[in-house]
Amino acid sequence: MRFLINKIVLGLSILAALIGLVFLFWILIDLTIKGVGAIDWHIFSNDLVNNGLRNLLIGQFMLALTAVVIGVPIGMIAGIYLQEYSYGSKYAEFIRNLSDVMMSAPSIVIGVFVYAIVVNPVGHANGWAGSIALAIMMIPIVVRTTDDMLGLVPKELREAGIALGAPKYKVIFDIIIKAAKVGITTGILLAFARIAGETAPLLFTSGNSQFFTMNMNQEFPSLTVAIYNLATMPDENLVKIAWAGAFILTVFVLLINLLGRYVIREKK
Amino acid sequence: MESVFKKLSLTSATLILLLLTSIFVVLFIYAKPAIDEFGLKFLTDPRWGVTVQVDTPKVDKQVATTEQVTDEMAQNDNLQTEDLLLDDSSDNSDSLLTDDEDGSTANTKEVYGGFVPIVGTVLSTILAMLFAVPIAMGIAVFLSEIAHPLLAKPVGVAIELLAAIPSIIYGMWGLFYFGPLVSKYVGGQSVSLLVAGLVLGVMIIPFMASLTRDSMNTTPAVLKESAYAMGATKFEVIKDVIFPYAKQGIIGSIILALGRALGETMAVAFVIGGVFTFPKVVTDPTVSIPVVLANSFAESSGMSMSALFYLAVVLFVLSFAVISFAKFYFLRNKNEIFNK
Amino acid sequence: MKNVMEIKDFYFTYPKAPKPTLKNINLNIEENKITALIGPSGCGKSTLLRSLNRIQDLYPGNKYDGEILLKINDKMENILEYKKENKLIELRQRVGMIFQKPTPFPMSIFDNVAYGLKFAGIKSKSEIEGRVEKALQGAALWSEVKDRLKESALGMSGGQQQRLCIARAIAVEPEVLLFDEPTSALDPISTAAIEELVVELKERVSIAIVTHNMQQASRISDYTAFMYLGDLVEFGETEQIFLNPKEKQTEDYITGRFG
Ligand SMILES: Nc1ncnc2c1ncn2[C@@H]1O[C@H](COP(=O)(O)OP(=O)(O)OP(=O)(O)O)[C@@H](O)[C@H]1O
Ligand SMILES: [Mg+2]
Repeated sequence: MRFLINKIVLGLSILAALIGLVFLFWILIDLTIKGVGAIDWHIFSNDLVNNGLRNLLIGQFMLALTAVVIGVPIGMIAGIYLQEYSYGSKYAEFIRNLSDVMMSAPSIVIGVFVYAIVVNPVGHANGWAGSIALAIMMIPIVVRTTDDMLGLVPKELREAGIALGAPKYKVIFDIIIKAAKVGITTGILLAFARIAGETAPLLFTSGNSQFFTMNMNQEFPSLTVAIYNLATMPDENLVKIAWAGAFILTVFVLLINLLGRYVIREKK
Repeated sequence: MESVFKKLSLTSATLILLLLTSIFVVLFIYAKPAIDEFGLKFLTDPRWGVTVQVDTPKVDKQVATTEQVTDEMAQNDNLQTEDLLLDDSSDNSDSLLTDDEDGSTANTKEVYGGFVPIVGTVLSTILAMLFAVPIAMGIAVFLSEIAHPLLAKPVGVAIELLAAIPSIIYGMWGLFYFGPLVSKYVGGQSVSLLVAGLVLGVMIIPFMASLTRDSMNTTPAVLKESAYAMGATKFEVIKDVIFPYAKQGIIGSIILALGRALGETMAVAFVIGGVFTFPKVVTDPTVSIPVVLANSFAESSGMSMSALFYLAVVLFVLSFAVISFAKFYFLRNKNEIFNK
Repeated sequence: MKNVMEIKDFYFTYPKAPKPTLKNINLNIEENKITALIGPSGCGKSTLLRSLNRIQDLYPGNKYDGEILLKINDKMENILEYKKENKLIELRQRVGMIFQKPTPFPMSIFDNVAYGLKFAGIKSKSEIEGRVEKALQGAALWSEVKDRLKESALGMSGGQQQRLCIARAIAVEPEVLLFDEPTSALDPISTAAIEELVVELKERVSIAIVTHNMQQASRISDYTAFMYLGDLVEFGETEQIFLNPKEKQTEDYITGRFG
């Protein structure tokens, strides 16, 4: 009897795993079929006005990259505070928890917030607003990674630096961060991949643009926002473009993830 | 230099507190007109952008009587609400336009209530959890206890990668493949509460499964081995050793995934329908808070905009509460779980 | 006899600890001599050693009482009175430290040894190169690494890494070197090499060393201090402590009759 129950439960568990995996691969297969079918050279050499993705791909990348430039220094320095300067104070623990909670805040709410503080005063959607929204999403992830990874560096390394007469901030930048480099880089790559695929925080911050632009003061082309708009269009052709964009986005995000999770980590 | 950097780092850390507080404050300020106008009744009022007659001409100070007016309205209109709702839902954008025109006349006003999207959010999340929890648990048990390590490793990697796929992809798949399928075999339209819940469920499965697997893997091997040594079956080890040991982390993972489902926009936006109606059956279309925000925000202004901010506040508070709950009751000292 | 450091009526209390960890310590570190600190685990050897360059100040809330004097330009200064960051940095350039586990920095061998020099105000490239070579020679490492100075220090063996840490410490030409169980993570051959090196070093610096290895203490040190439960039980010439201890506790400990 026990053995029967055991068999049944294990069978159910394998079944559940199978169902889950079937669903997930189903998605990937559909995406690949539709996406690969829709990709051609035209898409990469034309902007959205001419049924291409060029401006969207570059725009999305720019938005995410700018977010990295804003979010990573802030997040890292805050993480350094938590690990190196707070000495386990209550305040640091509080900030740590807040940051974790913020990591799970609904992304659309971040978009609404940035709309209120940037888009509304400026009067129109613009690239900076989009990047700020993405940066706000990114900061808690970077804080967390930095905090965790610095925490793995043995305290003797800090003491050895200090014992040579180095000021603490020098020890942190020359030694501790270097020692934690692999982990922090991985974390930042994963954070980048995560925000690069975001749509909701961009909807009313960056908006979208049909044209190629590098001017972040204007409405800015966003791949994800475009996919959202195009996918529900009645025009077959536009839906095709949306699939192509979705496929490219997924491949990009997965590659960055692979790079961060497995390549860099293995190299260590 | 040292002290400068020290201060800078403290400032950066404080920025997080500042950001979170200002999100609250800013959303609240923008929502204030709607909060003043509708109060807490907003949460239980199913009307969205409905124009109603204000039949109290003797009172000229509207502000003072807002409460009474809405109260009366609720009573007067109770019978008509059903009709209004149907009218409204049949063509949402049209009614918004006419509302704006009507808004200028003295004896009418627009009423906004968040009940439908709130219910839609909660129901779609519940559906998603009902679907995702068993499957995610199955995957986690499979990965940590059943599968041979040679299989568990690549499958685990695949699951982690799937958790990283942008949610808009899940939404598109739901719109073009899954929705029509559900409609064909279960009935209803290809966009519905059911489809939204299921797509949301599929989306959170990898996230929940990999967190849960990580929690299960924290069970010390000695514990498991000593149970096996006593002749326990795999199921008994899972039930009596692993689940009790990793309980906190597993529940935490589930709630964390729930928080993610609550605030998810893109996986739901394509497939929930986006209409302000109560779903009578699970295959009816409805709407959720993130979807209302995503769809109506750009065209809103004035009171409708403020009402959207009110919804954003509700969503933020809701998810803040859920996440904090998970964090403080289940994931204390198990911080690594957040690092996904 | 000349003392480079004098510890007088010294008490040390960790943050939030109810009682001091070190009580009424009186001890001198003599110039160009090796002073060994021995005693059972938890008796406060590391704590005492870490007070001598105030490395414990990395963590706030420690309480010091009494005096720790360091000879600077032939005058004794109380290092416990140092408040400013700059003063502490100067102190650590005078009083270097080697840890139990080797602590190579994640950079090249050369950069490791040169690391402390820039904080000592040495800018000229040729001088840095000269000092690095001298330090590596002083640490008996030069011949082994002179062809791979640009390689990462993390690729060296444990014994080499420990000698690298010694080179790194002597590059800034400190007056005192503190060793906290420098060989307990090493194999016997590396241990012998480090011991030999420590003995050579006393020509140039004064040394305090914590060790659990009685043979090591008796082999290399000139003076030995035996500590127990935060007290300094006995201090004297190594020969006297090992052959003719005055206190019963000391005798029990070094003969291994101690719990
Ligand atoms: N950071 C700290 N905070 C509070 N108490 C501490 C701290 N570090 C050490 N102690 C306590 O101070 C006492 C002395 O510790 P210390 O490390 O100096 O011992 P030790 O003689 O070096 O031991 P060992 O031979 O094991 O290295 C111990 O009881 C220890 O528990
Ligand atoms: Mg010690």
